[in-house]
Amino acid sequence: MEGKKPKLKLAVYWAASCGGCCVSVLDVHEKLFDVVAAADLVFWPIALDIKYQDVEEMPDGHIDVTLFNGAIRNSENEYVAKLLRKKSKILVAYGSCSHLGGIPGLANLSSKEEILRRIYDESESTVNTSHVRPEPECEVPEGTLELPVFYNDVRALDKVVDVDYYLPGCPPQTERLVEVFMAIVTGAELPPKGSVVGAGIKAQCEECVRKKTENKVIHKFYRPWEINDDGVTCFLEQGVLCMGPATRSGCGHRCIKGNAPCRGCYGPLDDITDPGARMMSAVASIIDTKEPKEVEKILEDLVDPAGTFYRFSLPTAMIRRTLP
Amino acid sequence: MDFQPQIVAFLCNWCSYTGADLAGTSRMKYKPNVRAIRLMCSGRVEPAFVLRAFIRGADGVLICGCHPGDCHYQEGNYRCLRRYHLLQKYIQQMGIETQRLKLEWISASEGKQFGDLVNSFTETITKLGPSKIKETMEILS
Repeated sequence: MEGKKPKLKLAVYWAASCGGCCVSVLDVHEKLFDVVAAADLVFWPIALDIKYQDVEEMPDGHIDVTLFNGAIRNSENEYVAKLLRKKSKILVAYGSCSHLGGIPGLANLSSKEEILRRIYDESESTVNTSHVRPEPECEVPEGTLELPVFYNDVRALDKVVDVDYYLPGCPPQTERLVEVFMAIVTGAELPPKGSVVGAGIKAQCEECVRKKTENKVIHKFYRPWEINDDGVTCFLEQGVLCMGPATRSGCGHRCIKGNAPCRGCYGPLDDITDPGARMMSAVASIIDTKEPKEVEKILEDLVDPAGTFYRFSLPTAMIRRTLP
Repeated sequence: MDFQPQIVAFLCNWCSYTGADLAGTSRMKYKPNVRAIRLMCSGRVEPAFVLRAFIRGADGVLICGCHPGDCHYQEGNYRCLRRYHLLQKYIQQMGIETQRLKLEWISASEGKQFGDLVNSFTETITKLGPSKIKETMEILS
Protein backbone atom coordinates (compact mmCIF):
# COMPACT_ATOMS: atom_id res chain seq x y z
CA MET A 1 0.00 0.00 0.00
CA GLU A 2 2.94 2.33 0.81
CA GLY A 3 3.91 2.21 -2.82
CA LYS A 4 6.14 -0.76 -2.15
CA LYS A 5 7.70 -1.91 -5.37
CA PRO A 6 6.53 -5.36 -6.41
CA LYS A 7 9.31 -7.91 -6.37
CA LEU A 8 10.92 -8.96 -9.62
CA LYS A 9 10.12 -12.44 -10.82
CA LEU A 10 13.30 -14.26 -11.74
CA ALA A 11 13.75 -17.60 -13.51
CA VAL A 12 16.92 -19.60 -14.15
CA TYR A 13 16.91 -22.54 -16.53
CA TRP A 14 19.50 -25.00 -17.78
CA ALA A 15 19.34 -26.62 -21.19
CA ALA A 16 22.37 -28.47 -22.57
CA SER A 17 24.86 -27.32 -19.96
CA CYS A 18 27.05 -28.68 -17.21
CA GLY A 19 25.27 -26.92 -14.36
CA GLY A 20 28.19 -24.57 -13.72
CA CYS A 21 26.15 -21.54 -14.72
CA CYS A 22 23.49 -22.35 -12.15
CA VAL A 23 26.25 -22.74 -9.57
CA SER A 24 27.67 -19.37 -10.59
CA VAL A 25 24.30 -17.86 -9.69
CA LEU A 26 24.66 -19.43 -6.24
CA ASP A 27 28.16 -17.97 -6.03
CA VAL A 28 26.71 -14.57 -5.26
CA HIS A 29 27.15 -15.77 -1.63
CA GLU A 30 25.78 -13.29 0.90
CA LYS A 31 24.67 -11.01 -1.93
CA LEU A 32 21.98 -13.65 -2.41
CA PHE A 33 20.07 -11.85 0.34
CA ASP A 34 20.04 -8.68 -1.76
CA VAL A 35 18.84 -10.71 -4.71
CA VAL A 36 16.11 -12.43 -2.72
CA ALA A 37 15.07 -9.10 -1.19
CA ALA A 38 14.51 -7.72 -4.67
CA ALA A 39 13.33 -10.81 -6.51
CA ASP A 40 11.26 -13.96 -6.22
CA LEU A 41 12.70 -17.01 -7.90
CA VAL A 42 9.73 -18.49 -9.72
CA PHE A 43 11.52 -21.24 -11.67
CA TRP A 44 14.94 -22.76 -11.09
CA PRO A 45 15.14 -26.52 -11.68
CA ILE A 46 18.53 -26.97 -9.98
CA ALA A 47 17.24 -25.55 -6.68
CA LEU A 48 13.45 -25.43 -6.65
CA ASP A 49 10.80 -28.04 -7.32
CA ILE A 50 8.73 -26.19 -9.88
CA LYS A 51 7.43 -28.15 -12.86
CA TYR A 52 7.15 -27.20 -16.52
CA GLN A 53 3.40 -27.34 -16.04
CA ASP A 54 3.60 -24.55 -13.45
CA VAL A 55 5.44 -22.40 -15.98
CA GLU A 56 2.93 -23.27 -18.70
CA GLU A 57 0.16 -22.02 -16.45
CA MET A 58 1.78 -18.63 -15.88
CA PRO A 59 0.35 -15.76 -17.92
CA ASP A 60 2.51 -14.56 -20.84
CA GLY A 61 5.19 -12.08 -19.80
CA HIS A 62 4.77 -13.09 -16.15
CA ILE A 63 8.49 -13.57 -15.49
CA ASP A 64 10.54 -10.37 -15.48
CA VAL A 65 13.98 -11.84 -16.14
CA THR A 66 15.00 -15.32 -17.26
CA LEU A 67 18.61 -16.37 -17.17
CA PHE A 68 18.81 -19.15 -19.74
CA ASN A 69 21.98 -21.20 -19.69
CA GLY A 70 22.90 -24.12 -21.89
CA ALA A 71 22.73 -24.80 -25.60
CA ILE A 72 19.84 -26.29 -27.58
CA ARG A 73 20.64 -29.96 -28.01
CA ASN A 74 17.23 -31.67 -28.05
CA SER A 75 13.51 -31.01 -28.42
CA GLU A 76 13.06 -30.49 -24.66
CA ASN A 77 15.64 -27.67 -24.66
CA GLU A 78 13.88 -26.07 -27.60
CA TYR A 79 10.43 -26.44 -26.07
CA VAL A 80 11.44 -24.82 -22.78
CA ALA A 81 13.34 -22.05 -24.59
CA LYS A 82 10.19 -21.16 -26.54
CA LEU A 83 8.04 -21.47 -23.42
CA LEU A 84 10.30 -19.20 -21.37
CA ARG A 85 10.50 -16.70 -24.20
CA LYS A 86 6.73 -16.41 -24.13
CA LYS A 87 6.55 -16.12 -20.35
CA SER A 88 9.45 -13.69 -19.88
CA LYS A 89 9.79 -9.97 -20.40
CA ILE A 90 13.60 -10.16 -20.61
CA LEU A 91 15.36 -13.29 -21.79
CA VAL A 92 19.09 -13.38 -21.13
CA ALA A 93 21.38 -15.90 -22.80
CA TYR A 94 23.46 -16.65 -19.73
CA GLY A 95 26.88 -18.21 -20.24
CA SER A 96 28.85 -19.43 -23.23
CA CYS A 97 26.56 -22.32 -24.14
CA SER A 98 23.44 -20.27 -24.73
CA HIS A 99 25.47 -17.33 -26.04
CA LEU A 100 27.66 -19.16 -28.57
CA GLY A 101 26.98 -22.88 -28.25
CA GLY A 102 29.74 -23.53 -25.74
CA ILE A 103 31.49 -26.80 -25.01
CA PRO A 104 28.40 -28.92 -25.92
CA GLY A 105 28.61 -27.18 -29.31
CA LEU A 106 31.80 -29.09 -30.08
CA ALA A 107 29.48 -32.04 -30.71
CA ASN A 108 28.87 -30.39 -34.09
CA LEU A 109 32.20 -31.91 -35.11
CA SER A 110 30.28 -35.22 -35.20
CA SER A 111 26.89 -36.19 -36.56
CA LYS A 112 24.01 -37.51 -34.47
CA GLU A 113 24.59 -40.99 -35.87
CA GLU A 114 28.31 -40.90 -35.01
CA ILE A 115 27.54 -39.80 -31.46
CA LEU A 116 24.86 -42.43 -30.86
CA ARG A 117 26.99 -45.17 -32.42
CA ARG A 118 29.94 -44.29 -30.20
CA ILE A 119 27.88 -44.15 -27.02
CA TYR A 120 25.46 -47.03 -27.55
CA ASP A 121 27.66 -49.45 -29.50
CA GLU A 122 31.35 -48.74 -29.61
CA SER A 123 32.25 -47.34 -26.21
CA GLU A 124 34.57 -49.71 -24.33
CA SER A 125 32.36 -49.83 -21.25
CA THR A 126 29.11 -50.46 -23.13
CA VAL A 127 27.53 -53.90 -23.45
CA ASN A 128 24.57 -53.49 -25.76
CA THR A 129 24.16 -56.75 -27.66
CA SER A 130 20.65 -55.94 -28.86
CA HIS A 131 21.81 -52.52 -30.11
CA VAL A 132 19.20 -50.57 -28.21
CA ARG A 133 19.03 -46.89 -29.15
CA PRO A 134 16.98 -44.21 -27.40
CA GLU A 135 13.65 -43.73 -29.15
CA PRO A 136 11.44 -40.64 -28.75
CA GLU A 137 8.51 -42.93 -27.99
CA CYS A 138 8.39 -46.35 -26.41
CA GLU A 139 5.36 -48.54 -25.73
CA VAL A 140 5.24 -50.28 -22.33
CA PRO A 141 2.26 -52.05 -20.68
CA GLU A 142 1.58 -48.92 -18.61
CA GLY A 143 1.37 -46.67 -21.65
CA THR A 144 3.71 -44.64 -23.88
CA LEU A 145 7.04 -43.39 -22.58
CA GLU A 146 8.55 -40.31 -24.17
CA LEU A 147 12.06 -39.02 -24.53
CA PRO A 148 13.14 -35.71 -26.08
CA VAL A 149 14.30 -35.93 -29.70
CA PHE A 150 18.09 -35.71 -29.97
CA TYR A 151 18.99 -33.21 -32.71
CA ASN A 152 21.79 -33.55 -35.22
CA ASP A 153 23.04 -30.03 -34.50
CA VAL A 154 23.69 -28.13 -31.30
CA ARG A 155 22.45 -24.55 -31.53
CA ALA A 156 22.87 -21.38 -29.52
CA LEU A 157 19.76 -19.93 -27.85
CA ASP A 158 19.31 -17.09 -30.35
CA LYS A 159 19.04 -19.56 -33.21
CA VAL A 160 15.79 -20.79 -31.65
CA VAL A 161 14.20 -17.75 -29.96
CA ASP A 162 14.60 -14.00 -29.78
CA VAL A 163 17.20 -13.08 -27.14
CA ASP A 164 17.31 -9.74 -25.32
CA TYR A 165 20.77 -9.79 -23.78
CA TYR A 166 23.85 -11.94 -23.73
CA LEU A 167 25.88 -12.47 -20.57
CA PRO A 168 28.99 -14.34 -21.67
CA GLY A 169 31.40 -16.56 -19.77
CA CYS A 170 32.00 -20.14 -18.80
CA PRO A 171 30.60 -19.50 -16.31
CA PRO A 172 29.86 -15.75 -16.26
CA GLN A 173 31.71 -14.03 -13.47
CA THR A 174 29.27 -13.69 -10.59
CA GLU A 175 30.17 -10.05 -9.88
CA ARG A 176 29.08 -9.17 -13.43
CA LEU A 177 25.76 -10.94 -12.86
CA VAL A 178 25.13 -8.97 -9.67
CA GLU A 179 25.92 -5.71 -11.49
CA VAL A 180 23.52 -6.52 -14.30
CA PHE A 181 20.86 -7.73 -11.90
CA MET A 182 21.13 -4.63 -9.75
CA ALA A 183 20.87 -2.44 -12.87
CA ILE A 184 17.57 -4.13 -13.69
CA VAL A 185 16.31 -3.89 -10.10
CA THR A 186 17.16 -0.21 -9.67
CA GLY A 187 15.54 0.56 -13.00
CA ALA A 188 18.72 1.92 -14.56
CA GLU A 189 18.57 2.54 -18.27
CA LEU A 190 19.15 -0.77 -20.03
CA PRO A 191 21.40 -1.11 -23.06
CA PRO A 192 19.82 -1.70 -26.49
CA LYS A 193 18.35 -5.10 -27.15
CA GLY A 194 20.83 -7.65 -28.39
CA SER A 195 23.74 -6.20 -26.41
CA VAL A 196 26.37 -8.22 -24.66
CA VAL A 197 26.13 -7.17 -21.03
CA GLY A 198 28.33 -7.81 -18.04
CA ALA A 199 31.51 -7.76 -20.13
CA GLY A 200 34.06 -5.33 -21.51
CA ILE A 201 34.39 -3.85 -24.97
CA LYS A 202 38.12 -4.42 -25.37
CA ALA A 203 40.15 -7.50 -26.17
CA GLN A 204 41.65 -9.49 -23.32
CA CYS A 205 45.17 -8.55 -24.44
CA GLU A 206 44.52 -4.86 -23.94
CA GLU A 207 43.95 -5.37 -20.24
CA CYS A 208 46.31 -8.28 -19.71
CA VAL A 209 49.01 -7.77 -17.10
CA ARG A 210 51.52 -10.10 -18.72
CA LYS A 211 54.55 -8.53 -20.39
CA LYS A 212 54.23 -8.11 -24.14
CA THR A 213 56.71 -6.98 -26.76
CA GLU A 214 56.00 -5.50 -30.18
CA ASN A 215 57.88 -8.23 -31.97
CA LYS A 216 55.65 -11.26 -31.44
CA VAL A 217 56.83 -14.37 -33.24
CA ILE A 218 56.18 -18.08 -32.81
CA HIS A 219 58.86 -20.64 -33.64
CA LYS A 220 57.02 -23.61 -32.18
CA PHE A 221 53.66 -24.24 -30.56
CA TYR A 222 53.70 -25.72 -27.09
CA ARG A 223 51.04 -27.18 -24.86
CA PRO A 224 50.89 -25.32 -21.54
CA TRP A 225 52.57 -28.19 -19.66
CA GLU A 226 55.50 -28.26 -22.08
CA ILE A 227 56.88 -24.88 -21.09
CA ASN A 228 58.40 -23.57 -17.94
CA ASP A 229 56.11 -20.59 -17.62
CA ASP A 230 57.81 -17.61 -15.99
CA GLY A 231 54.45 -16.22 -14.92
CA VAL A 232 55.25 -12.85 -16.51
CA THR A 233 55.68 -13.13 -20.29
CA CYS A 234 52.76 -13.16 -22.73
CA PHE A 235 51.64 -16.73 -23.41
CA LEU A 236 51.68 -16.29 -27.18
CA GLU A 237 55.27 -15.09 -27.00
CA GLN A 238 56.11 -18.29 -25.16
CA GLY A 239 54.47 -20.30 -27.96
CA VAL A 240 51.36 -21.27 -26.00
CA LEU A 241 48.05 -20.60 -27.72
CA CYS A 242 46.09 -17.96 -25.85
CA MET A 243 42.76 -16.74 -27.21
CA GLY A 244 43.28 -13.26 -25.73
CA PRO A 245 43.59 -11.33 -29.02
CA ALA A 246 40.12 -12.35 -30.24
CA THR A 247 38.29 -12.55 -26.91
CA ARG A 248 36.20 -9.99 -25.08
CA SER A 249 37.43 -8.75 -21.72
CA GLY A 250 35.39 -8.63 -18.53
CA CYS A 251 36.19 -11.93 -16.88
CA GLY A 252 38.83 -10.41 -14.65
CA HIS A 253 41.50 -12.60 -16.27
CA ARG A 254 40.69 -15.54 -14.09
CA CYS A 255 42.64 -17.98 -16.24
CA ILE A 256 45.64 -15.73 -16.89
CA LYS A 257 45.92 -14.97 -13.18
CA GLY A 258 45.90 -18.70 -12.57
CA ASN A 259 48.78 -19.00 -15.07
CA ALA A 260 46.63 -20.66 -17.72
CA PRO A 261 46.13 -19.21 -21.21
CA CYS A 262 42.78 -17.71 -22.21
CA ARG A 263 40.41 -20.23 -23.78
CA GLY A 264 38.01 -17.69 -25.23
CA CYS A 265 34.85 -18.24 -23.19
CA TYR A 266 33.81 -14.58 -23.24
CA GLY A 267 33.39 -14.81 -26.98
CA PRO A 268 34.12 -12.40 -29.80
CA LEU A 269 34.24 -8.62 -29.63
CA ASP A 270 31.42 -6.61 -31.17
CA ASP A 271 33.03 -6.19 -34.58
CA ILE A 272 34.06 -9.83 -35.00
CA THR A 273 31.64 -12.19 -36.67
CA ASP A 274 33.77 -15.29 -36.47
CA PRO A 275 36.07 -15.45 -33.44
CA GLY A 276 37.98 -18.50 -34.61
CA ALA A 277 38.76 -17.01 -38.01
CA ARG A 278 40.06 -13.85 -36.38
CA MET A 279 42.23 -15.85 -34.05
CA MET A 280 43.58 -18.01 -36.89
CA SER A 281 44.45 -14.83 -38.73
CA ALA A 282 46.32 -13.45 -35.73
CA VAL A 283 48.16 -16.62 -34.78
CA ALA A 284 49.19 -17.69 -38.27
CA SER A 285 50.61 -14.32 -39.19
CA ILE A 286 53.15 -14.42 -36.36
CA ILE A 287 54.61 -17.81 -37.26
CA ASP A 288 58.29 -17.08 -37.74
CA THR A 289 59.17 -18.57 -41.11
CA LYS A 290 58.79 -17.87 -44.79
CA GLU A 291 59.15 -21.44 -46.02
CA PRO A 292 55.95 -23.39 -46.78
CA LYS A 293 57.48 -26.64 -45.48
CA GLU A 294 58.55 -24.96 -42.23
CA VAL A 295 55.08 -23.44 -41.79
CA GLU A 296 53.53 -26.88 -42.13
CA LYS A 297 56.01 -28.33 -39.68
CA ILE A 298 55.27 -25.66 -37.07
CA LEU A 299 51.52 -26.15 -37.59
CA GLU A 300 51.89 -29.89 -36.91
CA ASP A 301 51.97 -29.05 -33.20
CA LEU A 302 48.60 -27.37 -33.51
CA VAL A 303 46.68 -30.60 -33.47
CA ASP A 304 43.08 -29.47 -33.21
CA PRO A 305 42.44 -26.09 -34.89
CA ALA A 306 38.63 -26.35 -34.83
CA GLY A 307 38.51 -27.39 -31.17
CA THR A 308 41.06 -24.77 -30.18
CA PHE A 309 39.86 -21.73 -32.06
CA TYR A 310 36.15 -22.52 -31.77
CA ARG A 311 36.17 -24.12 -28.35
CA PHE A 312 33.15 -22.12 -27.19
CA SER A 313 31.71 -20.88 -30.44
CA LEU A 314 31.41 -23.66 -33.00
CA PRO A 315 27.58 -23.54 -33.44
CA THR A 316 27.70 -19.78 -34.13
CA ALA A 317 30.77 -19.92 -36.36
CA MET A 318 30.51 -19.49 -40.10
CA ILE A 319 31.31 -23.16 -40.66
CA ARG A 320 29.21 -24.30 -37.74
CA ARG A 321 29.45 -28.05 -38.19
CA THR A 322 31.44 -30.63 -40.09
CA LEU A 323 30.24 -31.54 -43.54
CA PRO A 324 28.54 -34.93 -43.94
CA MET B 1 23.42 -28.93 -67.79
CA ASP B 2 27.11 -29.24 -67.06
CA PHE B 3 28.23 -28.14 -63.65
CA GLN B 4 29.82 -24.68 -63.87
CA PRO B 5 31.72 -24.03 -60.65
CA GLN B 6 31.70 -20.60 -59.06
CA ILE B 7 35.16 -19.61 -57.99
CA VAL B 8 36.07 -16.57 -55.94
CA ALA B 9 39.58 -15.26 -56.53
CA PHE B 10 41.27 -12.84 -54.16
CA LEU B 11 43.94 -11.03 -56.16
CA CYS B 12 46.50 -8.60 -54.83
CA ASN B 13 46.56 -5.21 -56.48
CA TRP B 14 50.25 -5.02 -57.31
CA CYS B 15 51.01 -8.37 -58.91
CA SER B 16 48.17 -10.82 -59.36
CA TYR B 17 45.40 -8.44 -60.36
CA THR B 18 47.76 -6.76 -62.79
CA GLY B 19 48.69 -10.22 -64.07
CA ALA B 20 45.01 -11.03 -64.58
CA ASP B 21 44.64 -7.66 -66.30
CA LEU B 22 47.48 -8.54 -68.61
CA ALA B 23 45.71 -11.74 -69.56
CA GLY B 24 42.70 -9.61 -70.44
CA THR B 25 44.51 -6.90 -72.41
CA SER B 26 46.47 -9.60 -74.26
CA ARG B 27 43.11 -11.11 -75.22
CA MET B 28 43.96 -14.50 -73.78
CA LYS B 29 41.05 -16.85 -73.39
CA TYR B 30 40.44 -18.66 -70.15
CA LYS B 31 37.50 -20.14 -68.27
CA PRO B 32 34.87 -17.64 -67.14
CA ASN B 33 34.23 -19.24 -63.75
CA VAL B 34 36.39 -16.92 -61.66
CA ARG B 35 34.98 -13.87 -59.89
CA ALA B 36 37.96 -11.66 -59.13
CA ILE B 37 38.11 -9.55 -55.99
CA ARG B 38 40.91 -7.03 -55.88
CA LEU B 39 42.66 -6.42 -52.59
CA MET B 40 45.66 -4.25 -51.90
CA CYS B 41 47.67 -7.24 -50.70
CA SER B 42 47.26 -10.98 -50.28
CA GLY B 43 48.11 -10.27 -46.62
CA ARG B 44 44.70 -8.60 -46.42
CA VAL B 45 42.95 -11.92 -46.99
CA GLU B 46 41.49 -12.83 -43.63
CA PRO B 47 40.44 -16.44 -43.05
CA ALA B 48 36.93 -15.04 -42.54
CA PHE B 49 36.85 -13.84 -46.17
CA VAL B 50 37.53 -17.33 -47.41
CA LEU B 51 35.01 -18.95 -45.08
CA ARG B 52 32.37 -16.40 -46.02
CA ALA B 53 32.93 -17.09 -49.72
CA PHE B 54 32.36 -20.78 -49.02
CA ILE B 55 29.17 -20.33 -47.01
CA ARG B 56 27.76 -17.98 -49.65
CA GLY B 57 28.12 -20.74 -52.21
CA ALA B 58 31.60 -20.59 -53.73
CA ASP B 59 32.74 -23.99 -54.99
CA GLY B 60 36.37 -22.96 -54.83
CA VAL B 61 38.50 -20.11 -53.52
CA LEU B 62 41.70 -18.97 -55.18
CA ILE B 63 44.15 -16.63 -53.47
CA CYS B 64 46.91 -15.03 -55.53
CA GLY B 65 49.71 -12.78 -54.37
CA CYS B 66 53.15 -11.57 -55.37
CA HIS B 67 55.98 -14.08 -55.54
CA PRO B 68 57.97 -14.53 -52.31
CA GLY B 69 60.28 -11.58 -51.86
CA ASP B 70 58.29 -9.39 -54.26
CA CYS B 71 55.54 -8.17 -51.93
CA HIS B 72 54.83 -4.46 -52.28
CA TYR B 73 54.50 -4.36 -48.50
CA GLN B 74 57.59 -6.47 -47.77
CA GLU B 75 55.91 -9.48 -46.23
CA GLY B 76 52.16 -9.45 -46.70
CA ASN B 77 52.35 -12.51 -48.92
CA TYR B 78 54.20 -14.45 -46.21
CA ARG B 79 51.41 -13.72 -43.78
CA CYS B 80 48.99 -14.95 -46.39
CA LEU B 81 51.05 -18.11 -46.83
CA ARG B 82 50.97 -18.91 -43.11
CA ARG B 83 47.25 -18.28 -42.83
CA TYR B 84 46.64 -20.39 -45.89
CA HIS B 85 48.35 -23.41 -44.34
CA LEU B 86 46.44 -23.04 -41.08
CA LEU B 87 43.19 -22.57 -42.96
CA GLN B 88 43.86 -25.70 -45.01
CA LYS B 89 44.27 -27.64 -41.81
CA TYR B 90 41.08 -26.20 -40.38
CA ILE B 91 38.85 -26.78 -43.41
CA GLN B 92 40.12 -30.33 -43.65
CA GLN B 93 39.01 -30.90 -40.07
CA MET B 94 35.57 -29.52 -40.92
CA GLY B 95 35.21 -32.00 -43.76
CA ILE B 96 35.82 -29.57 -46.62
CA GLU B 97 38.03 -30.84 -49.46
CA THR B 98 41.37 -29.01 -49.22
CA GLN B 99 41.57 -28.79 -53.02
CA ARG B 100 38.77 -26.23 -52.91
CA LEU B 101 41.22 -23.67 -51.55
CA LYS B 102 44.37 -22.78 -53.49
CA LEU B 103 47.18 -20.30 -53.06
CA GLU B 104 49.41 -19.38 -56.01
CA TRP B 105 51.90 -16.62 -56.73
CA ILE B 106 51.22 -14.64 -59.91
CA SER B 107 53.40 -11.71 -60.91
CA ALA B 108 52.30 -8.71 -62.97
CA SER B 109 53.89 -10.18 -66.08
CA GLU B 110 52.35 -13.63 -65.73
CA GLY B 111 49.09 -13.19 -67.64
CA LYS B 112 49.55 -16.55 -69.35
CA GLN B 113 50.21 -18.31 -66.04
CA PHE B 114 47.08 -16.73 -64.56
CA GLY B 115 44.95 -18.02 -67.43
CA ASP B 116 46.45 -21.50 -67.10
CA LEU B 117 45.92 -21.44 -63.33
CA VAL B 118 42.25 -20.50 -63.73
CA ASN B 119 41.77 -23.26 -66.29
CA SER B 120 43.42 -25.94 -64.17
CA PHE B 121 41.71 -24.84 -60.95
CA THR B 122 38.31 -24.74 -62.67
CA GLU B 123 38.96 -28.25 -63.91
CA THR B 124 39.89 -29.46 -60.41
CA ILE B 125 36.72 -27.98 -58.92
CA THR B 126 34.55 -29.32 -61.74
CA LYS B 127 35.87 -32.78 -60.98
CA LEU B 128 35.16 -32.33 -57.26
CA GLY B 129 31.59 -31.31 -58.01
CA PRO B 130 29.40 -28.70 -56.32
CA SER B 131 30.32 -27.69 -52.77
CA LYS B 132 27.92 -28.82 -50.05
CA ILE B 133 28.97 -26.11 -47.61
CA LYS B 134 26.20 -23.59 -48.28
CA GLU B 135 23.52 -26.26 -48.22
CA THR B 136 24.81 -27.80 -44.97
CA MET B 137 25.04 -24.44 -43.18
CA GLU B 138 21.53 -23.47 -44.24
CA ILE B 139 19.86 -26.40 -42.53
CA LEU B 140 18.36 -25.24 -39.24
CA SER B 141 19.65 -21.68 -39.52
